[in-house]
Amino acid sequence: MLSLLLVTLTSTFFTGIIIRTKSLAAGRKGPGIFQPIKDVIRLFKKGSVYSETSSFIFQIAPTVYFSSVFIAMLVVPVGQSKGIISFNGDFIFFAYVLGLGKFFSIIGAMDTGSSFEGMGASREALYSMFAEPAFFILMGSLALLTGFTSFQGIFSALHLGSSISYALAVLAALVFLMIAMIENSRMPLDDPKTHLELTMIHEVTILDNSGFDLGLILSAGYLKFAVYGTIIFNLFSGTIDYAYAIPLFFAIQLFIACLVGVIESFMARFRLNHNAQFIVVLSSVSLLIFFGALLVSGKFI
Amino acid sequence: MSLIWSFILIPFIAIGLIPLLKVRMKAIVVYTAISSIAILTSIEAVKALLGEAFDLVLVGSYISGPIHLHIDALSAWFMLIINFTFMTGGFYGLFYMNAYKNQPNNLSLQAVLFVLLHAAIISLCAIQNSFVFIIAWEIMALSAFLSILFDHEKAATVKAGINFLIQSHVSILFLIIGFIWVASKTGSYDFSAIRNYSLVNPGIISMTLYLVFFIGFAIKAGLVPFHTWLPYAHPAAPAHISGSMSGVLIKIGIFGMLRMLLIIPVDYVIIGTIILVISLFSGIFGIMMAILQQNLKKMLAYSSIENIGIIGIGIGLGCIGLGTNNLILSSLGFGAALLHTLNHSLFKSLLFFTAGNVYQATHTLDIEKLGGLIKRMPQTAFLFLIAALAISGLPPFNGFISEFLIYTGLFRSLNNTSVISLLCIIFTITGLVAIGGLAIICFTKTFSVVFLGNARHTFRHEVKEVSLFQLLPLYFIVAFIAGIGLFPQIFLNLLIKPVQLFTSLHQLPFVSFQGSGVNVLLSFTYSSLYLILIVLILLGIKKLVLLKKINPTLSTWGCGYTAPTSKIQYTGNSFSKTYRDLFGALFQTSKKEKKVQGIFPANAHLETKAYDKIEKWLIDRPTIDLKYFLGRFLFIQNGRIQSYVAYGIAFIITMLILSVFRII
Repeated sequence: MLSLLLVTLTSTFFTGIIIRTKSLAAGRKGPGIFQPIKDVIRLFKKGSVYSETSSFIFQIAPTVYFSSVFIAMLVVPVGQSKGIISFNGDFIFFAYVLGLGKFFSIIGAMDTGSSFEGMGASREALYSMFAEPAFFILMGSLALLTGFTSFQGIFSALHLGSSISYALAVLAALVFLMIAMIENSRMPLDDPKTHLELTMIHEVTILDNSGFDLGLILSAGYLKFAVYGTIIFNLFSGTIDYAYAIPLFFAIQLFIACLVGVIESFMARFRLNHNAQFIVVLSSVSLLIFFGALLVSGKFI
Repeated sequence: MSLIWSFILIPFIAIGLIPLLKVRMKAIVVYTAISSIAILTSIEAVKALLGEAFDLVLVGSYISGPIHLHIDALSAWFMLIINFTFMTGGFYGLFYMNAYKNQPNNLSLQAVLFVLLHAAIISLCAIQNSFVFIIAWEIMALSAFLSILFDHEKAATVKAGINFLIQSHVSILFLIIGFIWVASKTGSYDFSAIRNYSLVNPGIISMTLYLVFFIGFAIKAGLVPFHTWLPYAHPAAPAHISGSMSGVLIKIGIFGMLRMLLIIPVDYVIIGTIILVISLFSGIFGIMMAILQQNLKKMLAYSSIENIGIIGIGIGLGCIGLGTNNLILSSLGFGAALLHTLNHSLFKSLLFFTAGNVYQATHTLDIEKLGGLIKRMPQTAFLFLIAALAISGLPPFNGFISEFLIYTGLFRSLNNTSVISLLCIIFTITGLVAIGGLAIICFTKTFSVVFLGNARHTFRHEVKEVSLFQLLPLYFIVAFIAGIGLFPQIFLNLLIKPVQLFTSLHQLPFVSFQGSGVNVLLSFTYSSLYLILIVLILLGIKKLVLLKKINPTLSTWGCGYTAPTSKIQYTGNSFSKTYRDLFGALFQTSKKEKKVQGIFPANAHLETKAYDKIEKWLIDRPTIDLKYFLGRFLFIQNGRIQSYVAYGIAFIITMLILSVFRII
């Protein structure tokens, strides 16, 4: 229950902080950190425009997408407190339920019959496919390291003992951050602020969504960021007391949001055809973590 | 005994009656025959699944020796799957074939074959005598071959049929080699002789024997590189035949592999690794090829290869678990393989049936010509969507359950294994994840190109939904898909007995799935229900919110372009372009291009087609070379009677000389 509360709370300001960091880096004052959530509330109050090409798929796709992210959020624990859904192998469920959302967001985009949205859908399908192996190898290494197969088990047993395991945790945090960037279609891969449909990936798939639906899609994005931030926090939280864990939680989320803002400000977007290489590198890094985990658990030699 | 008689008599009576009756009566007789066989055998199967195996020894003949019939939990599981698929497929077929009612003779043949196919496949699960097994196998192969030829006026169909015929006989060849090998050493055709023989000759001999059977069954199952018949045979056959072929015919190959595993004791680690590697390769290769296909049914055929790969991964892991005494890996591996066999037969037959509906409505299977069908055929689109979600392994449907079992087995055995099997595990996980991701590309592409957007082609005839009766069996299948997804415990409990057969090979103490951490499945039910609940609540809220608002319907946002046509939509080929560019080296892609040139360009055109590289190197090239080589000997067949007589004489003289010198 605690995780539900904390993650939802974080999601209200996470994206705001990213935007604020970016505007500060660009020398502007920028909007308040709650502006994104205000935007969503405004959208919820609006009517929707539907294309005459689209069918009921287009109408339910944003809802299923949001629900999948919401369910994924219920799986993630915060420190000692379990997620509402927690069982052995829950991270598999986590990844696949997000896959369900992706499936619907892709077919929702294709339902409009727009060539731009088709393009975005095609790219989104491909790139998210690449990000999955990294996640699974990473979770596999953590499972190997700790001997547990649920988020809760893995994170509470993850003791940062030796220097190698610190290095592993940092690497793992990096991989999770990158996965979060891919899943949310952020900077090195995709630029949410671009104005050219030809180079967009995620933004272009939601061109036709409006009103309530758009609000759902945007808030699902905010939730997703907060969820990945929480996973990264869990890597470091260990078994510390709530009194320290909750401030640490917000500190880490804040740090990640600022980091994303800084990355987005100072990094150029990759050329589209280099994206695949980048994602494959991600899988290789997670393989590295796997070998590191082998080393730590003494399986080598 | 009466069971056997009725099992033999029902098909005979049906086959005798069908050609004499009117079309409507033919349908009734076929369906009665199928259902009575299904009910008869299902009763025994259910008994066996609950622990009461069926055993019977028929006297047999002088040649075959006594014929042993045996239905254990493994046979029972497959029998139930077969019966279910034939019952739903048969019902669907009654209405699907309605379009051909002006060809009564063709229909009679089809009906006869359907009954024969069903009886043959069912009997294969029970027969324990290699001589009779081969006969039943041949009946199955031939009746499937003739069923494929239904649309025999098309050259492509005949070609696909011949291809199937030849490849299934290569499969039979391997089986015969295996059976005769044992029979020549032991003098008995009974399966127990195979077991005794391999017990006496452990090590390399029984391993080779298993591999011979494995190849024979792998051709039938469609594991890469033995898969090349599948993508031709499935599209050529009528929808209910392709559905049953993909649903159960290729599963009989899986059944064979499992049965031989029970009979022949081998080094399970080595065999498991072989099966695992081949299956992983099949899974990835199958789905990678599926994405590129433009023919709807051909795509489904390649996706069957992928799913057979997933089943094989389960079997491979189960074997490795057996060999390393890892109870969890073993029970979850075999459990997942058997459950996925059921799952795949459900969603794949559903996909083939919906593809049949599409074909019936539009008379084409080329996905680039379709589009926007969801508005004309909303029910078919909905059914296809459910099957697509299930086959992509997404919760809350059944495909996820079997994949989840495999993952659980893998992740839970990370801790008690050597480095080698750890690497094995991590690569299997990566492979399985890649398969899942690629399946999402494949089925989002297919679903959206076929059903969403605008129609890409104007048909001269009206495109309309098929009749409700035809959709009825499809809804029935959907109920099972959702049932397994939401309440997997029930089906997993049924799997305890079949899995026990395998774990008892190494005396592993397997009693139920509860102990191996699968009691999580209950939380699964909850999470799936949460998901559905949240979706429903949100949809309700949305409805309430939008009720008071003005929600105009306008055209799709075209970025300022005001005259879009359906031709500028993304096609299947353009959807897979980014993917094709990345993995281009793995496929054989032919490209026909006429570029846009000059100030006033003429018609431009671009056509790309993907071809199976394995087929090219394994089937096409050797065939061409063989033809060339044999062509050198054409002078022998010169058409002169005198030469032929001379050959005969030469042969007889050679034989005489050889026997005089006691060489033969």
